[in-house]
Amino acid sequence: MDIHEYQAKEILTGYGVRIAEGGVAHSPEEAVQRSREISSKVWVVKAQIHSGARGKAGGIRLCKTHDEVEAAAQDMLGKIMVTRQTGPAGKVCSRVYVEAATDIAREIYFCILVDRSTERIVMIGSSQGGMEIEELVETHPDVIKKIYVEPAVGLQEFQAREMAFALDIDDSLLNQAIKTIKGCYRALRDLDANMLEINPLVVSNNGELIALDAKMNFDTNALFRRHKIFELRDNSQIDPREVAAADHDLSYIGLDGDIGCMINGAGLAMATMDMIKLAGGEPANFLDVGGGASAERTEKAFRLVLADKGVKAMLVNIFAGINRCDWIAEGVVSAVRNIDMKIPLIVRLSGTNVEAGRKIIADSGLPIIMAETLADAAEKAVKARNAVVAAESNMAERRRGE
Amino acid sequence: MAILINKTTRIIVQGFTGKIGSFHAQDMINYGSNVVGGVTPGKGGQRHLGLPVFNTVRQAIAETGAEASIIFVPPAFAADSIMEAADAGIQYCVAITDGIPTQDMMKVKNYLRRATKQNRMMLTGPNCAGTISPGQAMLGIMPGHIYMRGHVGVVGRSGTLGYEAADQMKALGIGISTSVGIGGDPINGSSHRDILEKFEEDSDTKVVLMIGEIGGQQEIDAGMYARDHMTKPLVAYIAGLTAPEGRRMGHAGAIISSAGESAAEKVALLKELGVTICPTPSAMGETVAKVLAGL
Repeated sequence: MDIHEYQAKEILTGYGVRIAEGGVAHSPEEAVQRSREISSKVWVVKAQIHSGARGKAGGIRLCKTHDEVEAAAQDMLGKIMVTRQTGPAGKVCSRVYVEAATDIAREIYFCILVDRSTERIVMIGSSQGGMEIEELVETHPDVIKKIYVEPAVGLQEFQAREMAFALDIDDSLLNQAIKTIKGCYRALRDLDANMLEINPLVVSNNGELIALDAKMNFDTNALFRRHKIFELRDNSQIDPREVAAADHDLSYIGLDGDIGCMINGAGLAMATMDMIKLAGGEPANFLDVGGGASAERTEKAFRLVLADKGVKAMLVNIFAGINRCDWIAEGVVSAVRNIDMKIPLIVRLSGTNVEAGRKIIADSGLPIIMAETLADAAEKAVKARNAVVAAESNMAERRRGE
Repeated sequence: MAILINKTTRIIVQGFTGKIGSFHAQDMINYGSNVVGGVTPGKGGQRHLGLPVFNTVRQAIAETGAEASIIFVPPAFAADSIMEAADAGIQYCVAITDGIPTQDMMKVKNYLRRATKQNRMMLTGPNCAGTISPGQAMLGIMPGHIYMRGHVGVVGRSGTLGYEAADQMKALGIGISTSVGIGGDPINGSSHRDILEKFEEDSDTKVVLMIGEIGGQQEIDAGMYARDHMTKPLVAYIAGLTAPEGRRMGHAGAIISSAGESAAEKVALLKELGVTICPTPSAMGETVAKVLAGL
């Protein structure tokens, strides 16, 4: 789970990390209120969206008057911002952060994350900051320092020192740097974060070490014991379909294609989507209905997939283990009846009680296309989708003709 | 032979008396697994499903000689149960639980490493369907009837995709020595490579099918191991060709977060390492059949 910059900064302040004076605002008026409260002559207004690379999208602006602050907030609030990281759909900006501008002497890169391959927490730093880590790896691989933390004993003082020296910190700032590094580590451990990135960490002209930006990502599996973090969730930054899915405990990810999918199990779901692509189609979504797909759950899943109006055909692929195909079939039949589905539906059932399941669908009298294998299902789905698209363009053609 | 479990392996169930634990314990017993009891703290001395319940894993081992355990404990307490099993001397543990915090798993792995490799408890999962040696024993939640006994070793992250593979093979008359689910979490008990090492030593296994997915480096590590140390052919399928970068595809670990973690990149690297790739998820059975025919 991602949080906003201002939220991450608030957390880090509690761990001894220095930030510039600032405050969050939900309206242009409130933004001016913030800038008046902040003892500075220059401010930065920053769009709070769950994405980096905001600058190029007009999400970061330097302001010299309160009027400029108001205008900047006016421009950003309510706007959909598209950055390199958001994808073409972009993210809506519903809050801005107003901050005292910092005179930057030097920019540093610093990050701490849980590294899955070594199964340890790793700190990554570079004396060259201000660009993204991928770029740094390309251009300055020699100045990237990685320090692994032994889980049993935690971060040691000498490791924090070693990182500070690698970051080329002046002697006068050494203690502040060590405090910052240790604070970040503690925040990651205490709050079950997967990743904490400060880019840039800056040395200001008046000799302070300041976190100018902050990004944190949290382990969703740990949210049950991090209630305060869970409260920071901002649904406006998440695809509304995914929010609706999460409410029903379904795992859904919206994609750009037009063949809707409902599958049980994450691996089989990915494989089915691969099969659709190999058959010449594009999946509209990833949807794992999980093990216990009751009739009610099945109907909710159907509604979720069909809420995407771009979907031209829908494919259901269930491998029943604990589940039974006859139960799934009953759920599918009742969902189709209740929803009054207009697009072709392809169903492939496999596993426990498969014959009974197929019979229920065949006996329903509904125009459901049955498939035997994974390949058969994908081919039939793509064919049905193509037929729908062809019929639609024919119709459009005819209308133009009239 | 098979790996990890066979019909004599003495099994206990941690989280035995809960709804999910009870259901699957009964299913394992019906399959023929040698379940000898279970652990639910506070319910020691009772009987459940006709078997003894113990307060601790240590007691369970002392009374039953249990060698393996399966964990159905909720996410908040699962890491603790895994460490208890390791401390008590369980040799092989399957963690079914989905949703264990990553940092808890980091702690578990660190705890397991305190023992020398020879004495270390083997852990598979969490967030997996378990392990089955068809016709012998099932230590998991899979539908046992779709597995046929034979000579192909299967290791995979996903439950249902593993069923799909077993089903495709059965349709072609191909059986399985053991099928191991290593789970979909970013930090898991055993890697693909750990399981390949077991299959390489197993006289019953002739070919290994690895079912991987996007995210992490474990499939590539496994491919390198196969190239350098395996005499048996390795066949692989990698799921997630259509997965966008930076999005978690259901499994907590199924996310492309850096170079080399996408399905296309993994497939290209595995090919270079000499691994036979299943061109589609529908061709897992036939690809294994071809490799078997060539032996």
